[in-house]
Amino acid sequence: MTSAHSKLYSDDVSLVVVVVDTNPFFWAAAALPFADFFAHLIHFVNSILLLNHLNRVVVIAAGVSSCAYILDSSDASPSGGVGVSDTFDRASRKAEEFIAQDARATAGNGSVASANAASLLSGALSLALCYIQRIFRSGTRHPQPRILCLQGSPDGPEQYVAVMNSIFSAQRSMVPIDSCIVGTQDSAFLQQASYITGGVYLKPQELNGLFQCLAAVFATDLHSRAFLRLPKTLGVDFRASCFCHKKTIDMGYVCSVCLSIFCKNQKKCSTCGSEFSRVMPDLNSMPDQASSQKS
Amino acid sequence: MYGVGGGGGGFNAPSTTAGRRRNPGDEEEDEEEEGGEGRVLEAWERAYADERSWELLQEDESGLLRPIDTKTLFHAQYRRRLLLRSAAAAAARIQKGLIRYLYIVIDLSRAASEMDYRPSRMAVVAKHEIGGSPESQIKALMGKLECSGDSSLQNALELVHGYLDQVPSYGHKEILVLYSALNTFDPGDIMETITKCKKSKIRCSVIGLAAEIFICKHLCEETGGSYTVALDESHFKELLLEHAPPPPAIAEYAAANLIKMGFPQRGAEDLISICSCHKKIKSGAEGYICPRCKVNVCELPTECRTCGLTLVSSPHLARSYHHLFPVAPFDEVTPVPNRIQRGGQICFSCQQSLFNPDGQSNLHVRCPKCNQHFCLDCDIYIHESLHNCPGCESERSITS
Repeated sequence: MTSAHSKLYSDDVSLVVVVVDTNPFFWAAAALPFADFFAHLIHFVNSILLLNHLNRVVVIAAGVSSCAYILDSSDASPSGGVGVSDTFDRASRKAEEFIAQDARATAGNGSVASANAASLLSGALSLALCYIQRIFRSGTRHPQPRILCLQGSPDGPEQYVAVMNSIFSAQRSMVPIDSCIVGTQDSAFLQQASYITGGVYLKPQELNGLFQCLAAVFATDLHSRAFLRLPKTLGVDFRASCFCHKKTIDMGYVCSVCLSIFCKNQKKCSTCGSEFSRVMPDLNSMPDQASSQKS
Repeated sequence: MYGVGGGGGGFNAPSTTAGRRRNPGDEEEDEEEEGGEGRVLEAWERAYADERSWELLQEDESGLLRPIDTKTLFHAQYRRRLLLRSAAAAAARIQKGLIRYLYIVIDLSRAASEMDYRPSRMAVVAKHEIGGSPESQIKALMGKLECSGDSSLQNALELVHGYLDQVPSYGHKEILVLYSALNTFDPGDIMETITKCKKSKIRCSVIGLAAEIFICKHLCEETGGSYTVALDESHFKELLLEHAPPPPAIAEYAAANLIKMGFPQRGAEDLISICSCHKKIKSGAEGYICPRCKVNVCELPTECRTCGLTLVSSPHLARSYHHLFPVAPFDEVTPVPNRIQRGGQICFSCQQSLFNPDGQSNLHVRCPKCNQHFCLDCDIYIHESLHNCPGCESERSITS
């Protein structure tokens, strides 16, 4: 496995993998139309490409029923052009195709609830991390990778384990995950992701100025971030949700065998089936240890 | 004292006092010690003694020499490891001991400065991590390494036994000893210590870096651990990684319990209080507030000093969830020459072409659940680090 010590970076060259939320349920009700949002995004992508001729950008779309690659700046375009408008055309076309395909897949799968449908963040993060691993394998001087998530839909609690796995894998490979929330509610998953991996979490006040926010906060390469004052979040919510009701709790009971979290005392663990012999009292149960520890 | 006669360099392999050099039932072999002679090798000698450059070559079908194709070798090794692991897990619903209190004992005696592992045995040991340990700890450890003196197995076991006695009953107690020396200088009867460990249900495993030693084997057999001897660096890494997944829990070792835990939040920024661990004044935003007794604690995971509640943050627990929901091993797809396979053009996760420049399809794998194709490197990454199949995660399942 790639060891962290052996990476050779060029300071200024970055690879930015942008994960875009294309959930149609969210965009139908959003303040900013998707077309405008997409325009902001493409201008931001072009700005990054202009900062350094070796910079690379990859855009992955996270839909409701599927995920796909929308843009890879290192692909040669079929028409031969490499200008700004060319990137825009290519990306728009692929995005439209993807959204149509995703809508067909969603329609075919009738069980998706409409208002609170979550986009497939875990799938898109997994794709991004695999692409980044490919870059790490590509040679000695590779660009410094990071992930930027543009999220609007709410978090899907069924993706919790998969998202946490991706976050820990990103932490191990030293890939920061930045997040920019374009919806109305904060995302606990992305707050944790940015906190654990050392990225930046931002929820802009005004969506009309989205390009300004993106360019000011997320465009700089990782080396320069040491010299800039970037937004810091203080309140990261690390509370867990119980496995039985999915509500957030701040004190709960944990099965010692499989680590599932429950809000109430029970006789048997529903995940691993182990029977609980007795409930642990709050202090250590060995009386001599308790007294020796407290003394 | 269980010692060996005449330790040190040269090409003679030392013997143990029990006189058992090779066990026919064992798969581990002893290895020769080279390069520990202590005199400076000339550069031309180094190429033979240290680098062993001839091992990197092998013959191909027509008898010509070529470098070993490490990629397929590596992948084959990884698949063997993966299949063994999943076969064992699928066989029975084995409960795994997830809460483990593991002490790693690193042998820092003179023997650890032997040069047969590049750059020296102790540096190799310090470099490898057992899944998830933070980078900074490794760096701090490497800064403090120095070897001197002789190693004593009994002292180590006594010390760790003392620490592990205080562990609550639901935790699994384990010791992993990374042993480089060939002998141990003990102040007492080590057999007594071994019986003590066995009674306290501590599972001791040893990874040897030199030769097989009877006392280590005895220790592991008595306590139910595993004893392995590393042949070279990459083998050592494999052996170390085998200890990373939780061992099957022996039911009587730790009772299943429902442990009450708290998930604290950070306090408000304008809250000034005294933290309970250092007794210093801290702002609320720098620490966490215990949900039961509301004192300020500085870092997680910890046990609240005032009320005894175990405090963790959900990422700490989530780190272990991948053991509960492992990714199924992917099936190999045999490349069919000169025929385009449906869906097998590019790797789904990294978008790399699955075909050789001359149009032949490379060996790749396919997920049995979502039917997406992946390249070999992504396969290894997915199973060893990511623990999510990108194809399965990118599909909305019908039932959800």
